[in-house]
Amino acid sequence: MADVHLPMTLTPLFAGLPRRVELDAPTVDEAITQLEERFPGLRDRLCELGHQQLRPHIHVYVDRTRAQLDTPIDERSRVDVIAAISGG
Amino acid sequence: MSRTVLAIGTRKGCFVAESDEGRRDWQLRGPFCEGWPVYHAIVDSNGTLFAAAASEWHGSAIWRSKDLGETWTHSSQGLEYEDGRRISKVSVLSARHDRVLVGVEMPGVFESTDDGDTWAVKTTLEGQPGFGEWDDPANQPPGHLGMSAVFEDADDKNHWWAIVQGVGLWETTDDAKTWTPRNRGLRADWPREHEEIGFCVHKVARGADGVRMFQQNHVGMHRSDDAGQSWTEITEGLPTEFGFAAAAHPHDKDTFHVIPLDPGHGRVMPDGKACVWRTEDAGSSWQRSDKGLPQENAFVGVLREGMANDTYDVPGYYFGTSTGQLFASNDDAQSWTEIAGYLPPISSVEVAILD
Repeated sequence: MADVHLPMTLTPLFAGLPRRVELDAPTVDEAITQLEERFPGLRDRLCELGHQQLRPHIHVYVDRTRAQLDTPIDERSRVDVIAAISGG
Repeated sequence: MSRTVLAIGTRKGCFVAESDEGRRDWQLRGPFCEGWPVYHAIVDSNGTLFAAAASEWHGSAIWRSKDLGETWTHSSQGLEYEDGRRISKVSVLSARHDRVLVGVEMPGVFESTDDGDTWAVKTTLEGQPGFGEWDDPANQPPGHLGMSAVFEDADDKNHWWAIVQGVGLWETTDDAKTWTPRNRGLRADWPREHEEIGFCVHKVARGADGVRMFQQNHVGMHRSDDAGQSWTEITEGLPTEFGFAAAAHPHDKDTFHVIPLDPGHGRVMPDGKACVWRTEDAGSSWQRSDKGLPQENAFVGVLREGMANDTYDVPGYYFGTSTGQLFASNDDAQSWTEIAGYLPPISSVEVAILD
């Protein structure tokens, strides 16, 4: 199971969403799909333009390497979803 | 006893202020919406709060609370153009006639008929003069709001208006099937490619009779006596021609309020003296309304949706500044008190009277 870490800006938006979740998913896209099934609306908060790409300031890293939606995930991968750059 | 409720949109979330009919003592609650930048927050006639918010990380969504801020949900389902154009923010809301409209950037209006659960494109004004040009990101200034205003007739669902920022005002009488530019007589101090558009309409407020309109434009205050068919400038007597916020008297069609700002980069009230300007003769003359407002070192600005009025017999007025002060008048703009002094930068103030 991949070890998925979610940003603190995301969890308050969905009741019961933990900061850290284990998922069995072959790609980043599939991991988000599984989260969407449990927390409807979550994909909208991470993806844009028909859900075809990550939002500009949402960065995903798989095993410390910058990833996109089609990036593969291994069963022992660590996946970090980061709310990046913006703020102030 | 009625409840008077203010919905306050700020750079760091939505706030709610509540009072009774007297409007002397206010209880402030918030921040809500997880601190998302809220560009416009409203309360509909059922007491439902809607907030148009755009997170730099998580995109745009319409937040909703049916218990005046105790609990919230949010949705952006359907809030997307199918042709790949990105929606950078949701700018302005209107909730009447069992639906909610939201104006967005890139310019367009989305509609929800299920209380904000799902959204669908209502109009982009495609085909109107200059359409392809105002949709070009290269033509858009920083902070662009796209469709910066949407306001509806109280009785006729088919009749409403929309403003495209920096382009002009449009009217529809068939619920967005067709549109007519309503900018005749407006001033523009720059070349325009199209006769009917190219005007920088900041804010339009409808007068008490539903026919009179007042407009704060980038260049000048204007009045219409024929529901926007034509406009006449009424800037003379005001300290500047520039401003954003405006509010019409709810019972007297000749009385109107505006907050002039320095027109350069500063965009604050002139001379460090906070002031609302009032006309009681449809713009023939203007008077200062500043009792209770700071009169020295008050370099404050008020944004487009930053001023509102209620509809009591003696109406109340409210405005919030871009530095976080919230002022109220419960005596028809004769005097002002500060409700809150240290809010985040205020984008919008709206008021509702709830039974």
